[in-house]
Amino acid sequence: MLRNKLVLIVVALSYLFLVLFIPASTVFYEAFHRGINAFVAATTSREFLQAVKMTIIIAAIAVPLNTFFGLCAAWVIARNQFRGRALLISIIDLPFSVSPVVAGLMLILLYGRNGWFGNWLEIAGIKVIFALPGMVIATLFVTLPFVAREVIPVLEEMGSEQEEAARTLGASDWQIFWRVILPNIRWGLLYGVLLTNARAMGEFGAIAVVSGGIIGKTATLPIFVEQAYKNYQTEAAFGAAVCLGLLAAVTLILKEILERRTAIASK
Amino acid sequence: MNQITLHQFQPRKSQKWWTKISLPWTVTVSYLSLILLLPIAALISKSLTLENAEFWQIASSPIALSAYEVTFITALIASLINGVMGTLVAWVLIRYEFPGRKIIDAAVDLPFALPTSVAGLALATAYSDKGLIGQFFAPFGIKIAFTRLGIFVAMLLISLPFVVRTLQPVLQEMERELEEAAWSLGASQLQTFWRVILPPLIPPILTGIALGFSRAVGEYGSVVLVAANIPFQDLIAPVLVFQKLEQYDYAGATVIGTVMLLLSLVLLLGINFLQQWGRRYAQK
Repeated sequence: MLRNKLVLIVVALSYLFLVLFIPASTVFYEAFHRGINAFVAATTSREFLQAVKMTIIIAAIAVPLNTFFGLCAAWVIARNQFRGRALLISIIDLPFSVSPVVAGLMLILLYGRNGWFGNWLEIAGIKVIFALPGMVIATLFVTLPFVAREVIPVLEEMGSEQEEAARTLGASDWQIFWRVILPNIRWGLLYGVLLTNARAMGEFGAIAVVSGGIIGKTATLPIFVEQAYKNYQTEAAFGAAVCLGLLAAVTLILKEILERRTAIASK
Repeated sequence: MNQITLHQFQPRKSQKWWTKISLPWTVTVSYLSLILLLPIAALISKSLTLENAEFWQIASSPIALSAYEVTFITALIASLINGVMGTLVAWVLIRYEFPGRKIIDAAVDLPFALPTSVAGLALATAYSDKGLIGQFFAPFGIKIAFTRLGIFVAMLLISLPFVVRTLQPVLQEMERELEEAAWSLGASQLQTFWRVILPPLIPPILTGIALGFSRAVGEYGSVVLVAANIPFQDLIAPVLVFQKLEQYDYAGATVIGTVMLLLSLVLLLGINFLQQWGRRYAQK
């Protein structure tokens, strides 16, 4: 028994280390093994700071928009019974199964020079593809389901009795949302926002298609990693990768904290 | 009952039908149409403008066929292996106590949080000839980074958490009395595993494999960095779409993109079916 247990643990852990943990720690090793100065030099270049700026701007627009949408969609799904409800859930899940590159392709066919709206946009003088608007839309597409997915089960579990009670006591829709719904769903909501943010800052495929990946202009941090690596600027690539790796680590830590809170709240 | 009577007593205002549609409904429907359905419609309508013959010619061109083969076969093998190894990892994390278990449990989600280009960079470094892991394979003439094996490892990494995370809640809720009953009736460990433990785990394992496969098929970021992306060798379908776009071959990109979209729709239906099957199984 004991021997079996040990073998299983060793096999499982070896697999995790081989596929996941060793490669991930390689990034940190490569970024720092030539000293902290190389890292600082890599992360203070103008191109790098521009990539950070683009990443933050995109997340700052996409995360609130998708949070708002996610709340609305979750309410519609959890509080209403209607024909096509299962279909609506599947549609919301769609971005998870569509390849990010294909998502980017769709946006090019829509907003690109020869796309559906290409002519109108050109006349109006608005640049969507290879510019910020296209990158924001691509991010909205790939991060669409996260908030709705996390909030739906919480809303369903909470039931609608409290809302009905508040309504009979004369509360307005806004009051019900702020005083009754929000306090109940806050941990699930925060978790969804956290995942949305992680994906928004880390998205690569869809952004690579619609941004053109111009270093120092439209490149986000994940694009910067790829471009720098391709151009043999190893230091810069690993410097940016470490920043994104830290973002991932912070995301996981916050996620752990939120999961503990949810566990306490549901007890 | 009280609620129904309350509603009946509310005064009926004479309203136009559109004022009854509440804010959440309006937002949900218009947002989905704008962000999700409109782009899909653009792709499908573009592919419909192509002649049937032209569509099939591009969709079944040798380079496309080899890209599907590399993508789907590699993704299938990777997700199946993760089916086995993910089950083992979930089992070990739920059933056994060992130092560092909680940290490792939390870190299993790393592929969800780590940007794909960073994952690709990490794998390309660790599995290169001189890398931390690659150096042990190089003497045997096994090259991993910048070959199809590299794609395989990338797909293993990014689809790793799906089986573990789908399985964990089911394992957690499983009653251990059943196993103990089987043992006390004289079943061997292997018999208990095959006859008692495994059957209820099959729906979540299959769901996890399907989710991982769906993710691996669409994966772009980590693969483009860890593979050499040479046609007929290690070129996957998403990279082919990207290359066609770079060459302004919109027809070509559209055809391959449509094939992939249709596949992901089929997978989505399959995953939904598996999840419902699992739920029914759990309720029994």
